[in-house]
Amino acid sequence: MIKLENISMSFHGKHILQGIDLEVKKGETLVVIGPSGSGKSTLLRLMVGLLKPTLGKVWIKGQEISHLSEDDLNKIRIGMGMVFQYSALFDSMTVGDNVAFGLREHTAMTEAEIHKIVTRNLRMVGLAGQQDVMPNELSGGMKKRVSLARAIAIRPEIMLYDEPTAGLDPIMSGTIDRLIMNAKRVLCVTSVVVTHHMSSAFKIADRVAMIHGGRIIEVGTVEQIKQSENPVVQQFILGLKSPSAYVRRRSEMR
Amino acid sequence: MLLAIVESIGRQVILWMENSGRIVILLGNTLFHLREKPRMNHVLHQMAHLGVDSLPIVLLTILFTGMVITLQTATEFIKYGAQSSVGGVVAIAMARELAPVLTGVVVAGRVGAAITAEIGSMKVTEQIDALRVMAINPIKYLVVPRLLACVIMVPILVIFADIIGTVGGYLVATLYADISSFTYIHSITLFTVVNDIIGGLVKAMFFGGIIAIIGCYKGLTTGEGAEGVGRATTASVVSSIILIFISNYFLSLVLYR
Repeated sequence: MIKLENISMSFHGKHILQGIDLEVKKGETLVVIGPSGSGKSTLLRLMVGLLKPTLGKVWIKGQEISHLSEDDLNKIRIGMGMVFQYSALFDSMTVGDNVAFGLREHTAMTEAEIHKIVTRNLRMVGLAGQQDVMPNELSGGMKKRVSLARAIAIRPEIMLYDEPTAGLDPIMSGTIDRLIMNAKRVLCVTSVVVTHHMSSAFKIADRVAMIHGGRIIEVGTVEQIKQSENPVVQQFILGLKSPSAYVRRRSEMR
Repeated sequence: MLLAIVESIGRQVILWMENSGRIVILLGNTLFHLREKPRMNHVLHQMAHLGVDSLPIVLLTILFTGMVITLQTATEFIKYGAQSSVGGVVAIAMARELAPVLTGVVVAGRVGAAITAEIGSMKVTEQIDALRVMAINPIKYLVVPRLLACVIMVPILVIFADIIGTVGGYLVATLYADISSFTYIHSITLFTVVNDIIGGLVKAMFFGGIIAIIGCYKGLTTGEGAEGVGRATTASVVSSIILIFISNYFLSLVLYR
């Protein structure tokens, strides 16, 4: 469904990503973990064509998108949804209009049909009856949920989540995790989730990819990642001070 | 030392040329999207927001400009017995230069800043990216309606400015300088031709275009955070005003030969 082939990305001579090869299969949830500034969000932006790679190719549903014009990219993007780190709700519109936005732009649905979908999606994310509220009246968690309701409104085949639980309390993080799993179950979407919350990652992932210093250093199932021998991976998932701390701990255990 | 100065100047020139190129590309892309039917509800909303809301401040500015120009002109002209020319001179100055340029400056300060601040805020809060991910072209959605609104509304504001500026002049001429109503109005009809007004309106269309494109460009290229939005807004107003003054000279050269 999504394939990155030898992707490199540089900004002002600084290498953000180097030689990334990654594939996400149809219906799979891939969670990308890694420390802040490691290039996780850049990876997500490359997948949706918001950035073009310095080198390499990005394939979405069998089509190479890195050379496409904005108008051609838009044809691909209609089948994609994204939840942004800071929600990115349109602050001049009500919650209802935010959720209805894609439907009004890309479908020939009547207002009654759109209203039905908006109501259903808001109920699904636990925000029934909030249609007329403005985004600035919502809490961070509520904004994330509206953003999710907006993204799934046009029933995308691919969902991208950029730090969906960042800045949220554990209860709200759990709610968002359940919504991501629900979206996958109900809509059968292929999902890529960027996060550095390990509890979320292990809960929702089919596979996990660890990115470090602009390179993918480990890809595998949740169990494989937990059992990884790579000290950098273990440092990250256990929250250790340094990779050598893990090496020390392992040798002590032996 | 000298090398550092030359390098610094060279960097600024390259930056200026890069920005100019990007503005031209944005203008080209915007004009390209004009071939499609614009979203009329967006255009009308922007016309009300950017145009109608600017009317009071434009009228106030131009009223007092018309009054002060008449005050200065009448005082000098009366000395030379040329009071019968005051109305015409004020009307020509108003129609050809003062109304379009001052309206442009006022709109650049009010509307250009608003456009940049709004689009800049959308940029830093990832709303522009959200639009793109939702398969909406930001140029078509944000820039085209603002360009159309400015190109239509600035000339309309200038028509009002022409009228109010001349009325301001009339008030000072008749109440302060003791020039009769007939002399003032007769002088306007004698000196002013339709091309004076049309030329001013053509200028206003250009100025509207400058304000919209610069405002949108600065918004779309806003740097990070609130500081970035503030800097972009200031740059938008300054650049628009400078471009209005420069282009005004060349437009006058072409339109009133």
